[in-house]
Amino acid sequence: MTVELELQSLEKSFGTQPVTRGVSLSVRQSEIVALLGPSGSGKTTVLRLVAGFETPDAGRILVAGEDVTATPPERRRFGMVFQHYALFPHMSVGENVAFGLEPAGISKADAPGRVRETLAGVDLAGFEGRRVTELSGGQQQRVALARALAPRPRVLLLDEPLSNLDPTLRDRTRRELKRVIQRVGITTLFVTHEQEEAFELGDRVAVLHQGRLEQVGLPEELYEKPATRFVATFIGRSSVLPARWRGGADGAASAEFPGGIRWPAAAGGTVAEGGLADLVVRPEALALASPAESGALAGEVVERRYAGRVAFYTVQLAGIGEAEVLASADAAKPGDRVGVLPARDAPLPRAYPPEAAS
Amino acid sequence: MRRTRPAGLLFTLLLAWLVCYPLLLTLAEALGDPNWTLRHFAEFGRRPDEWQALWASVWISLATVVLSAAIGIPLAFLFETADFPGRRVLGTLVALPVVLPPLVGVLAFLFLYGESGVVARAVQSVTHSTEPPWRLSGPAAILLVHAYTMFVYFYLFTRAGLARLDSAFGEAAASLGAGRSRTLRRVTLPLLRPALVGAALLTFMTSLSSFSAPYLIGGTFRVMTTQIVFSRLNGDTEMAMVETVALAVIALAGLVFLQKAEKRRVVSGAIRGAAPARRRLRRGGLVAAAGWIFAAVLLLPHAMLLLVSFVPPGTWTVEALPPALSFSNWGSVFSQTERLRPIVNSLWMSAVSTAIAIVLGFAAAWTAVRGRSRFAPALESLLAIPWALPGTVFAVALAATFSVRAPWAGRFVLIGTAAILPLAYLVRNLPLTGRASFAGLRQLDPALEEAAASLGASRTRRLLRITLPLLRPALAAGASIAFITSLGDFVVSIVLYTFDTRPISIEILSSLRMQETGVGAAYGVLLAVLSGASFLFFGTGGETSPSLTAGRAHAPASGSP
Repeated sequence: MTVELELQSLEKSFGTQPVTRGVSLSVRQSEIVALLGPSGSGKTTVLRLVAGFETPDAGRILVAGEDVTATPPERRRFGMVFQHYALFPHMSVGENVAFGLEPAGISKADAPGRVRETLAGVDLAGFEGRRVTELSGGQQQRVALARALAPRPRVLLLDEPLSNLDPTLRDRTRRELKRVIQRVGITTLFVTHEQEEAFELGDRVAVLHQGRLEQVGLPEELYEKPATRFVATFIGRSSVLPARWRGGADGAASAEFPGGIRWPAAAGGTVAEGGLADLVVRPEALALASPAESGALAGEVVERRYAGRVAFYTVQLAGIGEAEVLASADAAKPGDRVGVLPARDAPLPRAYPPEAAS
Repeated sequence: MRRTRPAGLLFTLLLAWLVCYPLLLTLAEALGDPNWTLRHFAEFGRRPDEWQALWASVWISLATVVLSAAIGIPLAFLFETADFPGRRVLGTLVALPVVLPPLVGVLAFLFLYGESGVVARAVQSVTHSTEPPWRLSGPAAILLVHAYTMFVYFYLFTRAGLARLDSAFGEAAASLGAGRSRTLRRVTLPLLRPALVGAALLTFMTSLSSFSAPYLIGGTFRVMTTQIVFSRLNGDTEMAMVETVALAVIALAGLVFLQKAEKRRVVSGAIRGAAPARRRLRRGGLVAAAGWIFAAVLLLPHAMLLLVSFVPPGTWTVEALPPALSFSNWGSVFSQTERLRPIVNSLWMSAVSTAIAIVLGFAAAWTAVRGRSRFAPALESLLAIPWALPGTVFAVALAATFSVRAPWAGRFVLIGTAAILPLAYLVRNLPLTGRASFAGLRQLDPALEEAAASLGASRTRRLLRITLPLLRPALAAGASIAFITSLGDFVVSIVLYTFDTRPISIEILSSLRMQETGVGAAYGVLLAVLSGASFLFFGTGGETSPSLTAGRAHAPASGSP
């Protein structure tokens, strides 16, 4: 498939504060890419650069090969759904959806048909005359989507499209949103700080941290082969255990804990032989054992969180830190002395260079 | 839960006596009490000069709204959406006229653009003419002064509205392909509508009540406010009453009309997200220069006022600029007891009326909001009424009410005593302090007082330690505006003053009449400085000026439940 939207080394600073640093990303035609990151990671700035509300200090934005970096937003033909929707409160639903049709060159005669068709596409047929203020949050969100899609934009941008809905509504709206976007087949870039949302909506997910793209890939890739320590800890649940890196041939590498216990491990980044490393382990990649078992790290269960047939155990490992372990619901109780081992058949824990700051 | 407490009833009666009673008495006198007759109204209807004055009041006010909007709105857009050097300072300077008494503005205008002002003299000295090139007189002159002093309402309201506007609306429009003019026409202006209607209302009402400008530079051109005062001067009391009723009706009609316009479409623009980034203009230098020139034009009259206050009496005859400057006017103002007296009068009368207005306004608001009195709507409406009616109306009504001794009817002879002006100022101040108290109390989370109560604080202690300290900025702002309004009052004073209680404004008038322009200018400067200082020290307590005036504008809106 051809690349429809391409960001090339986008740089943007506000004052002396760099917000995006060399962000490059390709979105293929009809692909949905989620821009995932914690607040302050610069994801909204990236979206606003793409939309044209901000101008990059350096870098280019291309749509189907055309450079739109200097094109004002009103001539980019991008549709955007705003976080709080920004529906015009003084216009009806129909007037809101029709707003972008005139600039897009759609004749007055064709406009009502297009409005009707677009509203029907978001399950709001017949809502033209309603006031936007009398709609529910979910309906407002769909009007915002319809308004963005009505002029048939080249790219759809969504800024935290579900953050304004209450949690019970979010699941359903998320599926509807995905269905509409897929039916229209529009190239989509959307911003979110919720992993679940990114994984469900996005064909691919781009993780942004401190203005840098840390990894772009399928949800599975991000979870199983995180490229950086940040991605490893940000995506999914995990514990970080400090250890010393003992390299070796593939499959023979290990991490050594104080007291000489070694666990087989894989290198997630460049770590120096014999140097300190952060071992990132998923709860399901750990198992509980007796404290005396060989290769087990001894500790005490400090917390148990029940989750149906299984439970999450927080184990205070002596001299190392806390580890979260997934085990059967009756495996231990707070106060128990236990040992923690890598689970059999689980992916290897991954070692990353320790974070300079922490 | 609604409660019937004696306090609510007491305050309602007190306010009704201060606010409603004089108006009703005025209506009664216009109807020729004790024998009811429509004779005076018929007489009013027969006289073309009355109709002309009535019509003049209306069209001058409408034209003032249009002119003020034409200046204020573009200026607000310039200062709110563009970025250029000096923007912040200029943005504040431009709003300056709003805190100055109208009389000072008129005076300053006269000294600069009047027939013996600097500009006219300069033209004369170039053309070697002995006749002044123009006379600053008549409706055009009034409109000029009105536009110059009242565009600020549009300016402040539009700026405040723009600042509140979520930038996402503009961005949404742009993402839908709308260019700048389409966004402005279809999105920005409709969303600004409440602010614009508010500014139009305030401008219309202010213009309708305007007295200083028509009185000093109207010439033979009469509007209703001046017509009333002249009728009284001519001893035509009944006609003055009828005129007062007519003016009150016009004012209320305007109020109702504009409030309807405001309510016709309730727009709830989301107030979220970031303010739009200011555009750095490509021709920033040009815009900055235009801004600076505009600010200079606005401030020039006041600079003139200052200059004239230093011109010794009788030294400035035909020259374009004064040949000599000295402190003699200032010296005489501060050394002669009779010249010092108006200053002392204005200060004490304003201070007393403001203090009582604060106490009364707060007590009424407290009773209504916290006491949940059944009289709450009545209290709020009563507090708003003096705002909705021109000062002249109240002056005439109070004069009628308090020139008769009838204690059993709540009437006393206060005319000619030192009490009448502070009382009149008090009535005029009530909407300002009452509005501040109502708004402040409503914004205050009742949980704070409940928390204090649960910690064992008595009612008094809660009031003194929690409520009043938290409301201090709002009350100070209300008090500051009330004090400034009283200090510079001309319209009420000219009807009710006596020689011994004459305020600064009346002294300015007599200085002008006695050709002591320098002394008049010195008083004007003093008034401007006192007003500005009061505003800066007390009026900006945590709030910006737009919200202050906005609070003022919405005073009448609260009147209708």
